[in-house]
Amino acid sequence: MMFLDYILTSVALGMTFLLGCTGEILTEKAGHLNLGIPGIMCIGGASGCLALKYCYGMPGFFVVTLAIIASILGGALMGAIYSFLTVTLKANQNVTGLAMTTFGVGVTKYIMSGMAIDATKNYLYALEYFRAPFAKSTTGLNSWGVMMYLAIAIALASAYVLSRTRVGLHLRAVGENPATADAVGINVTAYKYGATCIGSAVAALGGLYYIMDFMGSVEAYKTIEALGWLSVALVIFTLWKPLVSIVGSILFGMLYLASSIIPSLGINLGMSATPLLQMLPYVVTIIVLVITSISKKRENQPPASLGIPYFREER
Amino acid sequence: MNKQIAIEMKGVTKTFGSVIANNNVDLTVYKGEILAVLGENGCGKTTLMNMIAGIYYPDAGSIYIDGKEVNIHSPADAFAHGIGMIHQHFKLVDLFTAAENVILGNSSGERYNIARVSGEVKQIADRYGFRIDPDKKIYDMSVSEKQTVEIIKVLYRGAEILILDEPSAVLTPQETDRLFEVLRRMRDDGKSIIIITHKLHEVLSISDRVAILRKGEHIATVNTKETTAEALTEMMVGRKVTLNIDRPTPENVQDRLVVKNLSMVDIEGIKVLDNISFTARSGEILGIAGIAGSGQRELLEAIAGLKPLESGEIIFNRPKKNLPVSFYHKSLSDVKALAAENKFHYEDGTPVDLTGMTNREIRALVNEGKILFNEDDVMNLRDKTPLQIREVGVRLSFVPEDRLGMGLVGNMDIVDNMMLRSYRKSHSMFVDRKRPSDLADRVVEELEVVTPSTHTAVRRLSGGNVQKVLVGREIAAAPAVLMAAYPVRGLDINSSYTIYNLLTEQKKSGVAVVFVGEDLDVLLELCDRIMVICAGRITGIVDGRTVTKEEVGLLMTKTDSDTKKEV
Repeated sequence: MMFLDYILTSVALGMTFLLGCTGEILTEKAGHLNLGIPGIMCIGGASGCLALKYCYGMPGFFVVTLAIIASILGGALMGAIYSFLTVTLKANQNVTGLAMTTFGVGVTKYIMSGMAIDATKNYLYALEYFRAPFAKSTTGLNSWGVMMYLAIAIALASAYVLSRTRVGLHLRAVGENPATADAVGINVTAYKYGATCIGSAVAALGGLYYIMDFMGSVEAYKTIEALGWLSVALVIFTLWKPLVSIVGSILFGMLYLASSIIPSLGINLGMSATPLLQMLPYVVTIIVLVITSISKKRENQPPASLGIPYFREER
Repeated sequence: MNKQIAIEMKGVTKTFGSVIANNNVDLTVYKGEILAVLGENGCGKTTLMNMIAGIYYPDAGSIYIDGKEVNIHSPADAFAHGIGMIHQHFKLVDLFTAAENVILGNSSGERYNIARVSGEVKQIADRYGFRIDPDKKIYDMSVSEKQTVEIIKVLYRGAEILILDEPSAVLTPQETDRLFEVLRRMRDDGKSIIIITHKLHEVLSISDRVAILRKGEHIATVNTKETTAEALTEMMVGRKVTLNIDRPTPENVQDRLVVKNLSMVDIEGIKVLDNISFTARSGEILGIAGIAGSGQRELLEAIAGLKPLESGEIIFNRPKKNLPVSFYHKSLSDVKALAAENKFHYEDGTPVDLTGMTNREIRALVNEGKILFNEDDVMNLRDKTPLQIREVGVRLSFVPEDRLGMGLVGNMDIVDNMMLRSYRKSHSMFVDRKRPSDLADRVVEELEVVTPSTHTAVRRLSGGNVQKVLVGREIAAAPAVLMAAYPVRGLDINSSYTIYNLLTEQKKSGVAVVFVGEDLDVLLELCDRIMVICAGRITGIVDGRTVTKEEVGLLMTKTDSDTKKEV
């Protein structure tokens, strides 16, 4: 594998992480640790593909748009279930998130294995539309499809909203100190629901992108969950900053694919080294955690009320 | 005077379950005045204010603003009517700057522009004489700066009526003076200010009128100029109360606890105590003054052996009384080894010889407390466990903010809580319930604890009674050193004075009392010597009889190294 190819592929893979990570950042900024992200990304891929099944024969623009909308709806629905459990019913966020992941992965397997019978007609026909309008080729810079640019646009927009707008200020306040936000008249529940649903929808796009653009294969859905966990790790790596996550996701992509470039550099590691090398992103995350925990800089810490359900003081 | 009414409450009633918090209260606040709301704990003053601020909704009665009847259902409604409340616990986002906190939740149509907000904050600050940097993060601010941000926050939203809930509780005297100056300027600007407090001297110095509440009812509203502290107390409590603390001259003074160069770091590696040296003497009350969080808690915990020291010595000069070896929970082999080294003696002073005795006999001797340690009278508490420190008579009663956090278990009854300190003393496999039960009866009787029985869960007692149980239990152990931290926290005047008298009693019986207090006036009246700490360092140890409040206040904020040592 050529080195340039390796970089370009890493960037493309990184966009999967970027979507998952941006979605999780939005959710965590509202104080909710959504461990359901891997499941939500799976559902995003599945619901997008499901829409493609009924779009066969339509013009390419509609096909892509409808698949993206379906994916967003699928993710938002998962986000709504998660919010109902953790915001309204105040269930434990970790347990709920893990349940969402198990649920999402299971449902996706059911849907996708059903469609694999005639995958080319059911959803893979749309690959060329997703790689449009820039090129239909599958290698090099020209292989970057429309969703890659969408991913970067979403990350930039999130960064702008979080740091430069009133909505972002309110959202951060909800995640830092919901009691204070409540006292000044911010609708805490609405912000939590909104951030979780939008975040889940963004993450869901990551699943669709991975199946329909990056991999483009029948088997693609089986590996989304692993990438979902990496997206959650990426949130910590980026210190909850969407702008950093653009760079971070590419780095994670490179680390994840390191096992494919190292042999071509003349170093022979053998087959058993591949899974070890794929752990690199996690190792880096742990190192970042150690560094930020030592530095104690307040801006680099997770939102103060992350994982803590908010009970309004009654007396 | 012909003044306009800003807000008027008529017949306001609020109940929580079967408890009546406010009963048929009438209250009028004029424009351009400072009204103090005064009352004991649980008299309903905070509830009343919360109804104006939109946190509670009254069950009956009506509220008029500028002559029009209004319904205030939420804090947002209150803001819309120009009412802003500054709570005792600040509601600020630590990670945000002052300006960001001020604009938070304010959804006016203008475009979000933090630089413009900073400018407006500066304007408000200049107008009333606040000192504030709008771009400073809250977590970098001192308590008084945070309070300033809270006040600017409500002013920014156009509040005409400001409610302050015990604003001076967390401030030094100098900061309080500055706050009061600002409040007076706001009053002159035509704003109405309601201030909740139970510090009488503040009421007299700042307010124009005083409204007194007792047991949820409005007793009277009087002009401050025409009243005295005694008259206000009488209205508040419902009977005459003497507000004098007895302070006898210390007798038979001995150095009991000598702390030398004590330093301590917290988990994050920050120095919380820096080179602390002082002496606590028997028959004397040593007061510790300082802004909350200056290291008072850490110091007492260090002495009690609950936190490890970085360096320093804590020398305890024990009153002559040798302890039975059973206190130290030594194993049988240890006892034998120590006996061989001639470390023990019997009660009559003869040395102990264990050779030829069976294990059972030795154990019986130990358990009956017949074998005493030949220990030196001077010991370094640094090497001792918390249990040993307690057993030699250094007792800590710490009342944290939530009262139950340290020392008492809320769901257990008074007897069980007494037993927490004594269960080790029973020698059978079953716990001894008789003695704790007797002790509970005695504490309840002597300290006038109001409780249905000694088998009531402590959590269901009122704050003052909980604190009496806590302090009572430690006193009952006949300590040599009694450390009381915030024993009157949140108590009303009556209960506070009971506690002060308890401490004075202990002092008279020769105990070295260390008292950490919040109210400077009380420290000045109660303590023989006052040690002032600021940011983990001693800034002065002064004579409680001659020092002035201003001097102590200055020491509380002093950061340079030249310390004042007079006594």
